[in-house]
Amino acid sequence: MIASAIAIAGGAICLAIALTLYRIAVGPDATDRVLALDTLVIEAIALIVLGGIAYGTAMYFEAALLFAMVGFVTTVAFCKFLLRGNVIE
Amino acid sequence: MRAHLLPHPLLTVLVTLVFVFLMNEVTPGVVVLGLILGLAIPLLTAPFWPGRPRLKAPLTIVEYALVVLWDIVVSNIEVAKLILFRRGESLRTRYVSVPLDLETPEAIAMLAGTITMTPGTVSADLSADGKALLVHCLDTGDPKATVAAIKARYERRLKRIFE
Amino acid sequence: MHPLVEALVAALILIGAFFLLVGALGLARLPDMMRRLHGPTKATTLGIGALLIASMVYFAAVRGGFSVHELLITLFLFLTAPVSAQMLAKAHILRSGAGRDLPPTGRRAEWATLDDSKPDGT
Repeated sequence: MIASAIAIAGGAICLAIALTLYRIAVGPDATDRVLALDTLVIEAIALIVLGGIAYGTAMYFEAALLFAMVGFVTTVAFCKFLLRGNVIE
Repeated sequence: MRAHLLPHPLLTVLVTLVFVFLMNEVTPGVVVLGLILGLAIPLLTAPFWPGRPRLKAPLTIVEYALVVLWDIVVSNIEVAKLILFRRGESLRTRYVSVPLDLETPEAIAMLAGTITMTPGTVSADLSADGKALLVHCLDTGDPKATVAAIKARYERRLKRIFE
Repeated sequence: MHPLVEALVAALILIGAFFLLVGALGLARLPDMMRRLHGPTKATTLGIGALLIASMVYFAAVRGGFSVHELLITLFLFLTAPVSAQMLAKAHILRSGAGRDLPPTGRRAEWATLDDSKPDGT
């Protein structure tokens, strides 16, 4: 039962990633693309967690945690750049 | 003396808990190492924490957390319905301005975060003097009622906790 | 593994994937930036929350004992989602020139993003 749930969920998340990539390609503004990238990071975390359940190993946890942290910092840095024109004064 | 060794007791508890969670086991070694980190980090970073908010009503925090968690689930179902079954153009989106009674920066940050996580609203900006919050609603017929709901449901409780 | 636990894990995985998909659908489908902001900030956060709870329950059932470190990711995402949403909203307000359409603050001061007196727009 869990295996088929993982298969369906994997398909759904891949579809979600495709929709997010569409938004990155279409834009129209840089903020839209940053928002789409932020969403893409969350979807990547979801795939990693799903992989962890599928293979029955907790080793992927650290990767997911690192993705969450780096994704947040990236989004904030991008927004700072859009707001101010530079990241660190 | 106590303030000297434990500049930030809540941070000590938080660091210890996060370390135990991160190691994912409760053994004496992990707890002791977590406690050492929990004692050392607040001491070393004390200069970065100039103002420490006082929590007036600790029990209200539990109530607040439960209300917010419940609202997160409800808001997700509502937003999912709006996305799936409504045409984007037919949503009555608008900005509303919420006047704030809160004064503590921490309380305002909590309120802004809560508003973003709950039904159909995203907090977008704060006025330059910190007395009004700009909120974007995804679908609202009555902006006055939305503002009143935010003030009654979240701001009143936060005021009890922080001020 | 107990069949009830198995059903719970499967249901949580499906709920999580559903909300992630809805969030991405909102991102692709809604017509303007501020509306699009609602989908990812809310739907994806609950989606990832449900998936991580599924992972917690699964590993607790497989190994025995408990597994709480997934809770850290959930908490981290719940804390950071509003921050990045607000940063994105501010960047959008500044770049799109939406400042004209904003409601008045009801005070003398302007909204912080548009306020020129303080250079730091945060």
